Amino acid sequence: MTVVAQTGAAGFLARYEGLKDHLPGARKPWLNALRADAAAHFAARGFPTRRVEQWKYTDLAPVAQASFAEPLTMVDGAIALPAANAPNRAVFVDGRFRADLSTLDGLAFRATGLAQHLGDAESHLGSLAKPEAEPLAALNTMLFEDGLLVDLPDGVDGGLLELVSVAVDPGRPFAFHPRHLVRLGEGARLTLIETATGGGACLHNPVFEIDVAERASLTHGRMLQEGSGAFHLSTIYARIAAEGTYDNFTVAAGPRLTRNEIHAALVGPRAACHMNGAQMAGEGQHVDTTTSLDHAAPDCASRQTYKTVLAGRSRGVFQGRIHVHRVAQKTDGYQMNQALLLSEEAEIDSKPQLEIYADDVKCSHGATVGALDPDSLFYLRARGIPEAQARTMLVEAFLHEAVDTVTDETLRGALTRALDAWWSRQAAAA
Amino acid sequence: MLKIEGLTAEIDGKEILKGIDLEVPTGQVHAIMGPNGSGKSTLSYVLSGRDGYEVTGGSATLNGLDILAMEPEERAAAGLFLAFQYPVELPGVGNATFLRTALNAVRKGRGENELDAMQFLKLARERMKALSMSDEMLKRGVNVGFSGGEKKRNEILQMALLQPSMAILDETDSGLDIDALKIVADGVNAMRGPGFSALVITHYQRLLDYIVPDRVHVLIGGRIVKSGGPELAQELEAQGYGAVQAAA
Amino acid sequence: MPAVTETIETVQAATESGYKWGFETDIEMEFAPKGLNEDIVRFISAKKNEPAWLLEWRLRAFALWKTMAEPRWAAVKYPPIDYQDSYYYAAPKEKVGPKSLDEVDPELLKTYAKLGIPLREQEILAGVEGAGSTPAAGRMPIAVDAVFDSVSVATSYKERLAKDGVIFCSISEAVQEHPELIKKYLGSVVPQGDNFFAALNSAVFTDGSFVYIPKGVRCPMELSTYFRINAKSTGQFERTLIIADEGSQVSYLEGCTAPMRDENQLHAAVVELVAMDDASIKYSTVQNWYPGDAEGKGGIYNFVTKRGACRGARSKISWTQVETGSAITWKYPSCILQGEESVGEFYSVAITNNYQQADTGTKMFHIGPRTKSTIVSKGISAGHGQNTYRGLVRIGAKAAGARNFTQCDSLLIGDLCGAHTVPYIENRCATAKVEHEATTSRIAEDQLFYCRQRGLTQEEAVGLIVNGFCREVLKELPMEFAVEAQKLLQISLEGSVG
Repeated sequence: MTVVAQTGAAGFLARYEGLKDHLPGARKPWLNALRADAAAHFAARGFPTRRVEQWKYTDLAPVAQASFAEPLTMVDGAIALPAANAPNRAVFVDGRFRADLSTLDGLAFRATGLAQHLGDAESHLGSLAKPEAEPLAALNTMLFEDGLLVDLPDGVDGGLLELVSVAVDPGRPFAFHPRHLVRLGEGARLTLIETATGGGACLHNPVFEIDVAERASLTHGRMLQEGSGAFHLSTIYARIAAEGTYDNFTVAAGPRLTRNEIHAALVGPRAACHMNGAQMAGEGQHVDTTTSLDHAAPDCASRQTYKTVLAGRSRGVFQGRIHVHRVAQKTDGYQMNQALLLSEEAEIDSKPQLEIYADDVKCSHGATVGALDPDSLFYLRARGIPEAQARTMLVEAFLHEAVDTVTDETLRGALTRALDAWWSRQAAAA
Repeated sequence: MLKIEGLTAEIDGKEILKGIDLEVPTGQVHAIMGPNGSGKSTLSYVLSGRDGYEVTGGSATLNGLDILAMEPEERAAAGLFLAFQYPVELPGVGNATFLRTALNAVRKGRGENELDAMQFLKLARERMKALSMSDEMLKRGVNVGFSGGEKKRNEILQMALLQPSMAILDETDSGLDIDALKIVADGVNAMRGPGFSALVITHYQRLLDYIVPDRVHVLIGGRIVKSGGPELAQELEAQGYGAVQAAA
Repeated sequence: MPAVTETIETVQAATESGYKWGFETDIEMEFAPKGLNEDIVRFISAKKNEPAWLLEWRLRAFALWKTMAEPRWAAVKYPPIDYQDSYYYAAPKEKVGPKSLDEVDPELLKTYAKLGIPLREQEILAGVEGAGSTPAAGRMPIAVDAVFDSVSVATSYKERLAKDGVIFCSISEAVQEHPELIKKYLGSVVPQGDNFFAALNSAVFTDGSFVYIPKGVRCPMELSTYFRINAKSTGQFERTLIIADEGSQVSYLEGCTAPMRDENQLHAAVVELVAMDDASIKYSTVQNWYPGDAEGKGGIYNFVTKRGACRGARSKISWTQVETGSAITWKYPSCILQGEESVGEFYSVAITNNYQQADTGTKMFHIGPRTKSTIVSKGISAGHGQNTYRGLVRIGAKAAGARNFTQCDSLLIGDLCGAHTVPYIENRCATAKVEHEATTSRIAEDQLFYCRQRGLTQEEAVGLIVNGFCREVLKELPMEFAVEAQKLLQISLEGSVG
């Protein structure tokens, strides 16, 4: 296969043209049509520039100007996997499912690689993603090769499942676009713990389509911890039916550029969505959390708490939109985003947004930005706690609030370790 | 013992302390009284090392050590404790974590071994019982959602745990009802002994009914204008600060 | 008020669907030809006998405007505006700038009296007013500049103000009398090419007010401008410039109304404020342009650029606005906080009822150290109204110790309206502290019931609750405006409940 030297959007489009007859599912007309449609959207829009409102604060130029190769077809040698958080895990290397590294035996539901089961995915794939609105979803649809397919039958409690994504540094920039499909039947439950690791200048562009049926409950913990050369651009689409719950907890710390974009729609009465996260950036890094929450049914509740900590020359972005449709009476929506600036050279941009079309609602948002409170710092020091330790206590207290509401102890432990690991690296570097 | 000589200090270029001379010998409790704006709180912040308070002259030593040259945490380790007039709320920082971290930092500074979680809890519960505090306060964030009285009791609990040789109580009586006042006073009185001295800063004589000082100093306009025995506090209560000021 | 008059007024108010300022004055007018081109710009400049540099300035703005596109980011919808189908100059036929109030057309004086705006000083002093409230005895009068379509027809108390060195006149007069000030400050806060509507205004502005408060002077009375659109198919493009020199203080009020018509009329104003060291400007607006009828027909497009520069240390600019009128409101009174410790404030109440749309808010640019800003916005949506708060707080890297506090509250009445909040917070300074809070709520049934059980009508109850919701903003208004504004809120919400 030839390596296309074109950069950015043109490079990806050329790759699609060259590969389209060989991509997984190339003999399925419905999938070809989906990919062709996405390619048309991506060709028309390309990578979004900062003139696009939703990308006002995050510059994709470093991605748009680079030339990314495909991942190696075969990865030899031992793959360094992160420590396991759960007995069952699906492992992906450079976006491709690795049955040999995964442990998925004896599950009461299906969890496997998507590429081998595309025939079963027609009703789900593309049902939630919006390639016409989000160019990164278009890019993913056009080029995805594999992903995680999870399907929980009605009433099944799936316990814990881990999704591990490892990028293996081939020594040159490369890109992969996994498509993950998660479906929970009525009353089903699952805790999905996702870890993204690996090194090199990779572009990891996953898209999730998450479908939560009536009374089902999905807890989705994410640790985005690729190396400092990586670009992590993920887009999650979640649809939550009546009395269903989707909880998302994300810790983003590591990549050079992280965009954590979540579109959640509450489509049935009494559905709930909690989105929480902590994002951290140090020297030269950029973190962006963008959420969009559609209240499209009455009596639904949503809660969002996001924390940003910035050190060195870094930039943090939070954009959160709550849209309450006319039918969504008795909506209870709350959103808080707080940022802590630890350096003179950091910048935080925040855009919380409410769009309300129903009158009997309770919606609020709050945002605060500031440095560590000098009074708190002094109080701790006056009690004999050395300054560095006092800072650590305050920063950790600030961050931990974002994961305090996680009820699953395994997940909370994993998220907390990810938070503390970032801060110890920062504190050590300072 | 705390020894202050010719201490002057300013905030934003404005001189607040204009030459303080004060000695609190080991084992004694002294009170500093004065009207609002006389420099009482400034003195407590200068001694404990808060940013923004610039010492322009004089000295202050605790047990022979120059505390003005130390970082705030070093002063704490050297045995200085400040009970804040307005204890700070620390959302997300658990009270137990905070107390143990502080205790171990101070113990380390004193060359004592650190306490593990079990040892600490045992000690904390013991001290809390003496202050009529419920265990539940250990689980909450530091001072978060505490009432005024609970905050002050939390300050006294910290003092009881950290066992300082010199405590400064900055208007600890403000906002306390009479029952809380008695509990706080009992906490301080229980500490009294040969290894402990205290500087009680207050606007009113009320607290001094319960913590009877060995000496009383009157601070007006950044200077100590009069010193005397416990009877001076009563005199002030009866005649007001104006009379002392006029006489000085 | 005699009972008969009251009855007549009530009937009148009812037939006019609440908008009692919707009458038209029959007066002979002079128009420029319809449409917009370089010749029209030259015509306006010639009418005003302007110096060459100002004509050049206008033409440059017009050239810029032709290259610009109408902004489309606001959450407002309207059909395309045909800029060639409007008059850009309309003035009562008489010599421009009457020398004294006695020379003003009596028809005009009657118009203003009917609007409750007395222009004759002796009348004001005697307490003889037209419609509206009767002032308390001995209260300080208000100096008024009255702008009728494209021109200023009268300015009161000029001589009294001149005693203190305060200049208060129409901007046309200032161009003639104080060219050095105009040349120095015009466009210094809102440049010609700032945005589409500001460029249009810069090309064709016809009149507006000019204020200069000299060093150390506290302006002895409230200053005010009353804008009236009267003529058909006419846009109003006024330009206001207020300069507060070192240590001075001024409070300025602005009011506006227009006749009821089926057509939409454009009002594209530019207001520039400059505050030097220790100076303070308080700018209050009660915007009551014709909002259109209950079906959304007609009404003013209020596309306005207002910006103040706190150039000096410790200077302060405070915007207060009560926006009840207009079919569409598009305005963001802003503060550029350059001077150290300068202060910017924005207090806003915006009501949208029927088919009104408002996209309004503020921008606070923190440039100097220890600058401070406060934003309090209250949006009320009723009927099919759409109400958006859009605001920016930007803290520059050098604004050490800067502070911002923002509070945005929305109230929805009925389930066909919308309330939206779009704040942008950009912070590049670690020692700055920014706090933003927003809430959305509705009038609770039990609140209404409680009031009604105590004898209030449904509408009175709504008025009471809405006034309570807006209290933080209304208390920022000068007393006489606050009373007027409260009444307006109630009128604007008529028919919104039950």
